[in-house]
Amino acid sequence: MKSRDRLRIGAGAGTSDDRMVPALELAERGDIDYLVFECLAERTVSRENLARSKDAELGYSPSLHARLRMVLPTCIAKGIRIVSNMGAANPLGGARAARKEAADLGLGDVPVAVVLGDDVSSIVRHRPELKLIENGEPLESILAKMISANAYLGADVVGEALNTGAPIVLSGRVADPSLFLAPMLHEFGWSYDDLPKIAQGTAAGHLLECTASVTGGCFGWPSKKEVPDLARNGYPFADVKADGSIVIGKTPDTGGRLDVMTCTEQLIYEIHDPTAYITPDCALDITGIVLTQDSADRVRVEGARAQSRTETYKVNVGYADGYIGEGEVSYAGIDAVARAKWAAEIVKERLKLQGFVYDDFRVDLIGMSSLHDQVEIRPEPYEVRLRLAGRTRDRKAAHAIGFEVRAMHMHGPGGAGGACEPRVRDVLAVKSVLLPRNLVNSQVLVEGTL
Amino acid sequence: MSVRVYDLAHARAGDKGNTSNISVICYDAKHWDFLERELTPERVAEAFKHVAKGPVRRYPLRNLKAFNFVIENALGGGVTISLAQDIHGKSLSNVMLAIALPDPEARK
Repeated sequence: MKSRDRLRIGAGAGTSDDRMVPALELAERGDIDYLVFECLAERTVSRENLARSKDAELGYSPSLHARLRMVLPTCIAKGIRIVSNMGAANPLGGARAARKEAADLGLGDVPVAVVLGDDVSSIVRHRPELKLIENGEPLESILAKMISANAYLGADVVGEALNTGAPIVLSGRVADPSLFLAPMLHEFGWSYDDLPKIAQGTAAGHLLECTASVTGGCFGWPSKKEVPDLARNGYPFADVKADGSIVIGKTPDTGGRLDVMTCTEQLIYEIHDPTAYITPDCALDITGIVLTQDSADRVRVEGARAQSRTETYKVNVGYADGYIGEGEVSYAGIDAVARAKWAAEIVKERLKLQGFVYDDFRVDLIGMSSLHDQVEIRPEPYEVRLRLAGRTRDRKAAHAIGFEVRAMHMHGPGGAGGACEPRVRDVLAVKSVLLPRNLVNSQVLVEGTL
Repeated sequence: MSVRVYDLAHARAGDKGNTSNISVICYDAKHWDFLERELTPERVAEAFKHVAKGPVRRYPLRNLKAFNFVIENALGGGVTISLAQDIHGKSLSNVMLAIALPDPEARK
């Protein structure tokens, strides 16, 4: 196997909209070997599938261009390999786009290893009996509206892609921690039977997958949980040794904080049952993990355990489910809340008079009850923003909400101001099924010459 | 006299489908037993009843001086179809932090 006995894996993105500059700082000053961009939220692949259906070259993450343009010169010069799921619904198209960015930057012919096989839509289409995890109904119930079906692939196939030697690896749907575990499998030759190491690597991946969440992002609280220089917060990396030891650190000379408190919040984040956080690589048990501050901005991770990976892949099925329409308008001063409530009733009545129906409808008084409800017990603010939103199969009904809210300027209670344009968006709903591993044919292709 | 969760612990909320996942992490490990006794799933369900149907499950994480609360039917049907402004329920950690617990001795 490889001779390397340690490596440093950096986190360059934790969502498609993540900040970009900290990734460049990490590449320039973080002394990293790998830079991982995790850019797929639950419904991103569905959205990109729609983009691809309009233009066959599209369907990868639109942020791919800007991210690669920024970091590629540094990464190629320093030999930092890039791993990312920015391939989204079209990893091959993403690879071609990446290669073009490299060529345009004067970096020559940069090969890209592509992970394929996560798109299982043609497989599940023939298995309408598969049970939806969320409600137990058969897949058949949403099959006619299905836009995409993607299995969460694991670190194994991404590791195979790294074995090709390509400087860039692009995938579609891969579980977030698996993107980080893959370089460890590749460099250290870890086997899936070596559960303590798979567990440690998965825990490290989970700690890194939300970038700034371990370096002071989504954490600070005035005078309670101070975060120094948050405006310049840096991105994290993991120092991993072949024996499975892990230390989390962050780019030198950046803001933010990385300590046991920030790491604990991220470790538990979205983990549900902490004895069995199921990824495609293992069922991680974090209950034995001990975090210790090694030195400033460095936290050691020990004691992760795991059970073997399950026999199935989780598959996200995206489907079109109508439209959400919304509108907003503001009231301030004397009786602001009473006028907002009156406006809400008028809009609802006008929608009803036009015969529009909604599967779900909601009235928010922003400033009082839009996040935690219970309008009846909240103190009245000086000014309030009224928001109405509804979900419906009828695009016209969706648009009418924002239209009628905007009309409060001229046709509602006195003193309405600042209505927004009517907003309508397609609902891309997601449900999931489990698919036996042997039905999924993951594979690696290389675009370009190695 | 009462003490808020906020006084003893920090918290972060995340999501998965229609389920909210909220961590509660003690500033000081010595408060873990108190929270284990007082911050019961029943009390949390009561505090969230206006936003979540439940059920609520609590997972102890003594090594991390923490708990993980998993609250079902909490996100307006799920992130992808919810009409809420905060579709991920990221702000729900503040419902947890505001829970008042009946023990003035807890802070000692």
